[in-house]
Amino acid sequence: MLDGLQRLGRLTLGWLNRLGRATLFLLRLLGTLGALGRRPGLIIKQLYSVGVLSLPIIAMSGLFVGMVLGLQGYANLVDFGATSSLGTVVALSLVRELGPVLAALLYAARAGSAVTAEIGLMKATEQLAAMQMMAVDPFARVFAPRFVAGFIAMPLLAGIFTAIGILGGYFVAVYQLGVDSGAFWSQMQAAVGLVDDVINGVVIKSVAFGWVANWIAVFEGYDAIPTSEGISRATTRTVVNTALVVLALDFVLTAIFFGV
Amino acid sequence: MSATAFSSRSDPSSESPLVTVRGLSFRRGDRIIFQNVDLDIPRGKVTAIMGPSGAGKTTLLRLISGQIRPDAGRIEVDGVCVHELGRKDLYQLRKRMSMLFQSSALFTDLTVFENVAFPLREHTRLPENLIRTLVLMKLEAVGLRGARDLMPSELSGGMARRAALARAIALDPMMILYDEPFSGQDPITMGVLIKLIRTLNDALGLTSIIVSHDVKETASIADYLYLISDGLVVDHGAPLALESSSSAWVEQFLHALPDGPMSFHYPAPSYAEDLALREEPPRA
Amino acid sequence: MGNFKKLELAVGAFVALGLAAFFMLAMKVSNIAELGEDKGYKITARFENIGGLKARAPVTLGGVRIGRVAGIDLDMRSYEAVVTLSIEPKYNQLPTDSSASILTSGVLGEQYVGLEPGGMDEYLKNGGSLKLTQSALVLEKLIGRMVTNAASGDKPPPKTP
Repeated sequence: MLDGLQRLGRLTLGWLNRLGRATLFLLRLLGTLGALGRRPGLIIKQLYSVGVLSLPIIAMSGLFVGMVLGLQGYANLVDFGATSSLGTVVALSLVRELGPVLAALLYAARAGSAVTAEIGLMKATEQLAAMQMMAVDPFARVFAPRFVAGFIAMPLLAGIFTAIGILGGYFVAVYQLGVDSGAFWSQMQAAVGLVDDVINGVVIKSVAFGWVANWIAVFEGYDAIPTSEGISRATTRTVVNTALVVLALDFVLTAIFFGV
Repeated sequence: MSATAFSSRSDPSSESPLVTVRGLSFRRGDRIIFQNVDLDIPRGKVTAIMGPSGAGKTTLLRLISGQIRPDAGRIEVDGVCVHELGRKDLYQLRKRMSMLFQSSALFTDLTVFENVAFPLREHTRLPENLIRTLVLMKLEAVGLRGARDLMPSELSGGMARRAALARAIALDPMMILYDEPFSGQDPITMGVLIKLIRTLNDALGLTSIIVSHDVKETASIADYLYLISDGLVVDHGAPLALESSSSAWVEQFLHALPDGPMSFHYPAPSYAEDLALREEPPRA
Repeated sequence: MGNFKKLELAVGAFVALGLAAFFMLAMKVSNIAELGEDKGYKITARFENIGGLKARAPVTLGGVRIGRVAGIDLDMRSYEAVVTLSIEPKYNQLPTDSSASILTSGVLGEQYVGLEPGGMDEYLKNGGSLKLTQSALVLEKLIGRMVTNAASGDKPPPKTP
């Protein structure tokens, strides 16, 4: 029993230690942002890696999720004769929750893990040490561009996911299930508030998730043990930790903005 | 620490050593890596630091370049105490030092040309055509001018090291640290690297520190040797002088003898007892 | 560096796509048209019970949305609910004897305020108030009344205030 408590204490301290290191890492990274402004090329290159290359999975997943929402929503509403509200159901689900959360999870799996692996590999092959030896700060040249690019990409991807999802739901609802097109959009427009739902939902959530997901991805790469096993564990940690933090943060934000 | 106190090249004829290490102690966890080590690296010469695997040779390079800090002692490069510098000053000092890593550490997403140009682009504001000229000159010096557009993944190990060497001399440093430059190379590549290290050192007035356990190759070009083992400097001197060293360990190391002070057998209980042949008290 | 040009193009397209997505969300999905609404004029109506009426609920006349519920307050002296309605400026010909009822849209729907026009020639202005109101139907009271009716035979139910 005492053993268990001891372990718990040790785990907690270890976790706090890690959190502290991650915070110091982030502060140092943010300190280099001024210089980064003079080298937009670095950010653009990373935007391509984490943003553009994530588009296929984001778009396809958004489409499927939207279509499923259309089907499921219809199945549940048809018993109440309320199928004209399908547009509302699809839109609110995506805008408030599924859009930002699923986009963040997919992002962590595709882009976050890639960034962690890349940085971990650079650490293992001594490229980061070589950079430091050449008096170039890897925080400015490697970590900050990836963080900033990811931070910009996350909300854009979440927005694309949500929009494509709604379109997917629309096509299923109108062309497959026979819901009235006009009712679909008009009910949706009446129910979805720009500030209440879109901004509080997709925009704020995806910005918060983008901050978290990219912070974790870059830090785990930086902190990885420079062996192949260490890198693989770091990559796994990125995906798992991002998922946990995003979901917990989602709960907090939902309670703040959408709680009654 | 004013910037003008730093000169870009050390005077090869001056007497004071470029790097002085006094009373260096360093441990990693429970292991003592160095205890009270003294070293002098003379200017303009090739100095080799040799010892068995795990003796801490790479750690020594990291300590000299300021990547890690000693637990005790003092390390000075060109009169400046390395581990007391702030980050900005340390980076200033590092612009005059170069290191060749064991894995060559080329940036995998850049071509050979881009790799060599990297320090020039980061630290100078030279126009592109001048950078191009400089890069081609450095590549020519290591014999890779024709390979300038290859990616690091397309290079053989030896070529990668040469490319990394070209990158290391891009800013005309005063000192180059070589971390195991010969390990795992075929004889021809080794011959090329040996020639390059010696030639560059003399032609550019560099100070070279080679960390290696390839005795024959290293001793053939080194002006001075340090042999370290178990956290201490066992012996040091010119290669010829060490040949006739009185230390049995030095003799075993320099001549690659399989047994001697470094025992062939890892400590174990008596062989007979282990095979359960007969009862016997264990011998040390 | 031709590669970089293509890269820049791809990134630019990506960012444009993202912004277009948000644009679509703002325009087609949400009720952005209703944002410019605070120019409406305010009138009040008092109810005994507002039921489940919430702020920003629609105010309709003849089924057409003419405004929103701007605020709900309680008058501690008369214990009545005071509902402030914001009516769009273009609907400025509401007779002063119009009545307001709290109705429910559909069976499960949210509650809204339905206005019925009166016959006076004077029209409501900013700060005016509606005198005739009909409170929300509270389900429990309805059921209670039904039970009482059933228990006391076929007596007609008392008039609702």
